[in-house]
Amino acid sequence: MKNKWLFALQLGFTLLVCAFLIVPVILSILAGLTVNYLVGLESGLTLRWVIEVWNGYRDTIFLSIGISLACLAVTLVIGIPAAYVLAKRQNAFTRAIEELLVMPVAVPGLATALALIVTYGGLPGFRTSWLFILVGHVLFTLPFMVRSVLAVLSAIDLKTLEEGAASLGAGFWPRFRDIVLPNCRTGILAGSLMVVTLSMGEFNMTWLLHTPFTKTLPVGLADAYASLRLEIGSAYTLVFFLMIMPLLLALQAFAKPRPKKFVAEETE
Amino acid sequence: MMTETSKPLAIALENCAKTFPDGTRALEPLDFAIEAGETVVFLGPSGCGKTTTLRIIAGLEEPDAGGRVLFDGEDVTHLPIEQRNVGMVFQSYALFPNMTVAGNVGYGLRIRKTPDAQVKARVAEMLAMMQITKLADRRVDQLSGGQRQRVALARAIAVRPRALLLDEPLTALDAKLRDTLRLEIDSLLRSLGITAIYVTHDQAEAMALGDRIVVMEHGRVAQIGKPREIYQRPATRFVAEFIGTMNRLTGATKNGVFSCRAGDLAWNEAPDHATELLFRPEDIRIAESHEPSRLQGKVAAAFFLGDRTRLFVEVGEARPLVIESTARRDFSHGETVGLAIDPRGLLVL
Repeated sequence: MKNKWLFALQLGFTLLVCAFLIVPVILSILAGLTVNYLVGLESGLTLRWVIEVWNGYRDTIFLSIGISLACLAVTLVIGIPAAYVLAKRQNAFTRAIEELLVMPVAVPGLATALALIVTYGGLPGFRTSWLFILVGHVLFTLPFMVRSVLAVLSAIDLKTLEEGAASLGAGFWPRFRDIVLPNCRTGILAGSLMVVTLSMGEFNMTWLLHTPFTKTLPVGLADAYASLRLEIGSAYTLVFFLMIMPLLLALQAFAKPRPKKFVAEETE
Repeated sequence: MMTETSKPLAIALENCAKTFPDGTRALEPLDFAIEAGETVVFLGPSGCGKTTTLRIIAGLEEPDAGGRVLFDGEDVTHLPIEQRNVGMVFQSYALFPNMTVAGNVGYGLRIRKTPDAQVKARVAEMLAMMQITKLADRRVDQLSGGQRQRVALARAIAVRPRALLLDEPLTALDAKLRDTLRLEIDSLLRSLGITAIYVTHDQAEAMALGDRIVVMEHGRVAQIGKPREIYQRPATRFVAEFIGTMNRLTGATKNGVFSCRAGDLAWNEAPDHATELLFRPEDIRIAESHEPSRLQGKVAAAFFLGDRTRLFVEVGEARPLVIESTARRDFSHGETVGLAIDPRGLLVL
């Protein structure tokens, strides 16, 4: 009897917390679909705001997707080899590098952005290019890629696996391709997930780095909130959701570990 | 057997030493030749340099400057392992978790750009030889320890290596499985006729598998010899104590008679300086009651093992003597027994 009450109490609390988090999402989505939010739902539902956002801010959406994918590509190319070296050579120097790598996460994005502007703002072609934002995003997301790959590499006996492959005649590149990469796949996918979502939603740094021609989605979102109707801002959120959710689900499905079908059995 | 390998390889180590970056000397300069087709076991406690020696032969470590590794007379000192064509079996097996059993076994062949059909045939042949055909499509994390070891062996042999290097391959297995696999490895090595180097800290494994055994201690070779020589004629105290059980009596020798606390022992060939005699449990027995014996001890413990009784007999030494008795009788604690030692088994080191 007592257990039943305890269960009901826990369930109630859990639902309450869920509601606390989910209700604003639903309200925000509804706001983006309502004709007049101040009047309420009785004013009717419309796609007008969503279409307006699409027409006005389409570019920011594509730019954001582009930057996050470019950011993913760069962090993959830099991050995996970096994690590999950090895992292979464990010494005071690599440990220091590992710590330093996290700095851009610890330092406020605004400060990093300011430093980038002070240093490279004078290069006109660069300052106005989307590449300028990309640099900031890579700085910020790289540690997430390195860390997740490194975590997986440290958990497997990389040295012996590589020695095993080498004993079978595999040189460095075949080893890296056939043994290292496939065995840190889960880390790469987890890292990719982080990088894409972080880059897609990054605002702090991007807000300082952007120019009127290189507005990303979150910056556009802030614009919309600040200067336009609440309905437009909410519709923008809705569009953002629609963009990022399928991406997240796809990556999540990839990262799922394969189920173990058999249990080991002794046949000796 | 069904599998042909490359011509067996003769391996020579010349002045091979190894000092690690932190200054530890893992291996003192070593000169050693391994004949083609021979099985050599490196035996010793952990940290004795046996694995380092194996890794130098494999090409996973380079010897200090001045050392050379020769394969059939050809200098391979600076050749990395992937170019040496040696098969290696690791203590932790080092199977690739991202591949199936068949994928693991065929990997070396695929790296050598062997046509698919040939890879398939060779993998099937290897799996059949190791009796793991039905595991072909399993992932390695779905295998037991013994199965993993078989996969590791099949994988190493599949590429027809010039030599097979085994680094404590049975250490991670339980005792019963170890015995089974030891037998399998033995018949495998014999049938392949391959040069094999086997590293272990288990003297029973070394005895069973080695054509020759290299006993190592603190980075140095303590003795090299056939298993029987190592066991019956150990060159040093360390070898004597490390391999099998050794009994010890301390005392003094005079005119062919060795006197100790347990009594006197007549030994015509006793060297005059001998103050310590060593002998194996099988070279001492409990004297029959009618036998005249000038050596006596008290039974400290007796364990009936079925085919024999293991006795610990107190003779006033640091350690009691170990005696394997086949006598059909009980021994009681504290009983005084006469002792007879076969002089042929006596050692002075």
